[in-house]
Amino acid sequence: MKLYRDLTIRQKHIVWAWAFLALPVVFYTVIRFYPTGNAILISFQDWNLLGSRTWTGLDNYIKLWNDPVFWQVFRNTFVYLLLGTPVSLVLSFIIAYHLDKLRFMHGFLRMLYFLPFMTSAVAMAWVWRWFYQPVPIGLFNNFLASIGIPQIEFLNSTTNALPSILAPAVWAGLGFQIIIFMAGLRAIPKSYYEAARIDGVSTWTVLWEITLPLLKPTIVFIVVFSSIGFLRIFDHVFNMTTNNPGGPLNSTKPLVLMIYQSAFDSFDMGYAAAQTVVLFLVLLVVSLIQLRLLRDR
Amino acid sequence: MAVVEEIRPTTDALLKTKAPKRPANMGQFLRWFFLFLGGIAMVMPIAFMISTSLKWPHEVYNLRLIPEEPTIENYTYVLEDGRFYWWFVNSIIIALITTVCNVIFDSLVGYTLCKFKFPGRYIVFIAILSTLMIPTEMLVIPWYLMSQQFGWLDTYWGIMFPGLMTAFGTFLMKQFFETVPDDFIEAARIDGLNELQIWWTVAMPLVKPALAALAIFVFLGNWTAFIWPLIVTNSVEMYTLPVGLSSFGDEADVQWELIMTGAAISTIPTLIVFLIFQRFIIRGVVMAGLKG
Repeated sequence: MKLYRDLTIRQKHIVWAWAFLALPVVFYTVIRFYPTGNAILISFQDWNLLGSRTWTGLDNYIKLWNDPVFWQVFRNTFVYLLLGTPVSLVLSFIIAYHLDKLRFMHGFLRMLYFLPFMTSAVAMAWVWRWFYQPVPIGLFNNFLASIGIPQIEFLNSTTNALPSILAPAVWAGLGFQIIIFMAGLRAIPKSYYEAARIDGVSTWTVLWEITLPLLKPTIVFIVVFSSIGFLRIFDHVFNMTTNNPGGPLNSTKPLVLMIYQSAFDSFDMGYAAAQTVVLFLVLLVVSLIQLRLLRDR
Repeated sequence: MAVVEEIRPTTDALLKTKAPKRPANMGQFLRWFFLFLGGIAMVMPIAFMISTSLKWPHEVYNLRLIPEEPTIENYTYVLEDGRFYWWFVNSIIIALITTVCNVIFDSLVGYTLCKFKFPGRYIVFIAILSTLMIPTEMLVIPWYLMSQQFGWLDTYWGIMFPGLMTAFGTFLMKQFFETVPDDFIEAARIDGLNELQIWWTVAMPLVKPALAALAIFVFLGNWTAFIWPLIVTNSVEMYTLPVGLSSFGDEADVQWELIMTGAAISTIPTLIVFLIFQRFIIRGVVMAGLKG
């Protein structure tokens, strides 16, 4: 105590700061940095949890490169991204743009659009899975049957299953993006619009020349945020295909599900760790490219 | 003469603005109409989930939204079994403890990085920032090995430990502590408060809205978390609601009214919280989204 009293104010601050940070520094070291290093380390090893860990160098990565399932999964992951991000971006912008101009029932409508964001992905995956069932069970096909349109195979078809699984993921995220877009629209100074009106500019030109360019920071945020989400899709896929995770014929399997199966079904820890390193690199590269493209233009 | 000339342009102007006004109103109506249809479509899955959970098995497959004979039989059946009750309690405990931890530690770290000058500040800042780039999925294997080694598998601690602090929360709070004037802190120091008291009694009350936003995000995130609880729990009693629902769905197979009941049980609490604190939550989401 005497020691502390003899310190200068500046030194006392340093003591306090590190006292506050002591536990968090331990946490981030043990729960974030050490595991990151460990994952990279394990990716160069062969290990099935029970036996001994042996160094195998790049074997896991070579195995991954030669694994046709991996390439299928890699493709699927990017289909989720390339389909999900633009669709949800365009939909949420259109809704936010019009909702922003509406006064009547504004709050109520905003609530309707935001409600799905508060749901749990697992619960909603099961609800949508029920919707997708064939006649006489599923809601969608029952509806189609009642108006005389032929059945659609949603989850049993290799071409339809992936978009069918993506739909609830897009649906659940829309509300969040709409709210962020509306905040972005509000932040644009009214004087720009007034100046445009005095000049007699058309609504369409205002949208392309004023609204969208000024919304760029918001768009960058939403694109990066939703891309990361779609690249890491798991809950929906796992729960909508529990009888055959990632099926039919791996047509819906994303990278995270492959990681889960390699690690916790086949206990091939090294192989799974190599996949997580690939996921990390994919996320890193995709976010960097998007930030580059969208910031500099 | 002068009067007439003054009036004429105004009437002209009135007529001019009046003419395009009708289509504008029509446009406004169409806008409302389509947004309304879209909004109804958005809540349909939730509505059908709840309505089906109130239906008898023979009614499940018809397209009616309002059940013919509503029943709470499904809820009594699902809850009597006991498992949903445990899962619910587990989820509540885990989400609450994690939220409290995040609110305390994220704001403490954010405050320290924002208001203290000390050697190593920049390194700590960059180190925590860099963890934002690491996806959770990369860490689950090492976390699993760690839990296995220390006997954390299948425990509350095992489910909670990875999320006790988050970089996202730390930066959110750091941003908001920037808005707290240094003079307030200086004045409190002169009043003889120690640094811990200043943080808790002076700075924290000033960022209450941000704390609420953080709490909402962390709670919702942990309430719906799936992959890590799925990995770390083995016994049915330790499942959280999403993990439990996933296993229950498989087991109930084609009894969709029971699955919908389970889904409703795990969704309704957050929906109620949202309906009560709607404005508050939307503001929090915007704050977290734009500043975080």
